[in-house]
Amino acid sequence: MSLDKEVTNEGYFTTSLDFLTNWARANAMWPMPMGLSCCAIEMMAFAGPKYDASRFGSEVMRFSPRQSDVMIVAGWCTYKMSHAIRRIWDQMPDPKWCIAMGACASTGGMHRCYGVVQGVDNFIPVDVYVSGCPPRPDALLNALMQIQEKVKTEHSTVYDR
Amino acid sequence: MSKKELLAGVLDDLKQHFGDAVLDTTTHAGDVQTRVSLDKIHQVCAYLKEKHHFNYLIDIFGADRFTADERFEVIYNIISLKTGLRIFIKTWCPEEDPQVPTVTDLWTGANWNEREVWDMFGIKFTGHPDMRRIFLPEDFRYHPLRKEFPLLGIPGSFELPTTTPDTE
Repeated sequence: MSLDKEVTNEGYFTTSLDFLTNWARANAMWPMPMGLSCCAIEMMAFAGPKYDASRFGSEVMRFSPRQSDVMIVAGWCTYKMSHAIRRIWDQMPDPKWCIAMGACASTGGMHRCYGVVQGVDNFIPVDVYVSGCPPRPDALLNALMQIQEKVKTEHSTVYDR
Repeated sequence: MSKKELLAGVLDDLKQHFGDAVLDTTTHAGDVQTRVSLDKIHQVCAYLKEKHHFNYLIDIFGADRFTADERFEVIYNIISLKTGLRIFIKTWCPEEDPQVPTVTDLWTGANWNEREVWDMFGIKFTGHPDMRRIFLPEDFRYHPLRKEFPLLGIPGSFELPTTTPDTE
């Protein structure tokens, strides 16, 4: 019994493995909410019914880093807190992404002082920065879609062209 | 009796009881601030609590007056839940090794307030049960609300987490 006889009347499609995994990853980005201050309120609205992050497969806020794909750092980060954030980031399994939400997480924002890290990219790699103080939930949705775009164009192997 | 008269009575009693230890009294925006000499501050607080029912300590905070002598100031904000009176008690202490007696034996809640003043200004509270930093990391070497501390901090005074986890 040959393969083409087997599939002739069944129907099938071909795809690349990269496309399949990227499609699956991009549409189930489970966030790790790192709500540090007021941006966390907008992050809740982002997950809530009005802005509805579940349209993009991100409604499952995971409070365990072991189960999450994208960390949303929402709010200003002190030097004392940075160690906890880095530890949680290290506990997240690869592949993982990071959104710096708001002016404070991106640059330190208005907290130009001795105790606040001037941007979380000083100690974790950030994929998308969201401007605003705080950003609207739609801005965060846009950041999530940017990450989805990024995931969809990733390659598991690099061809030597 | 109105609150104003009540408060004046309290201040008169303080002056009578402690004499020269009560240094000056100012009124600003309806609040009375009384400065007391450093060696009598604990007795004054105890007297106000026992005799005048100032049983509720709102806050303790420090101030850096940035003067040559008696640079630091500690301010106690206390109210009486019986009469509703509020009074600010202040005391000055020197720049070299500033030490103020603790009031945790009078108001237990003073514990964290005094730790905050220690953290921010480096004013030690003698007799405090747990004189540690409260907000900043324990190995931090400065007191950031002192005037000579730069607003943006001192580079390298805080440690950032290592970004290569395997070496930790």
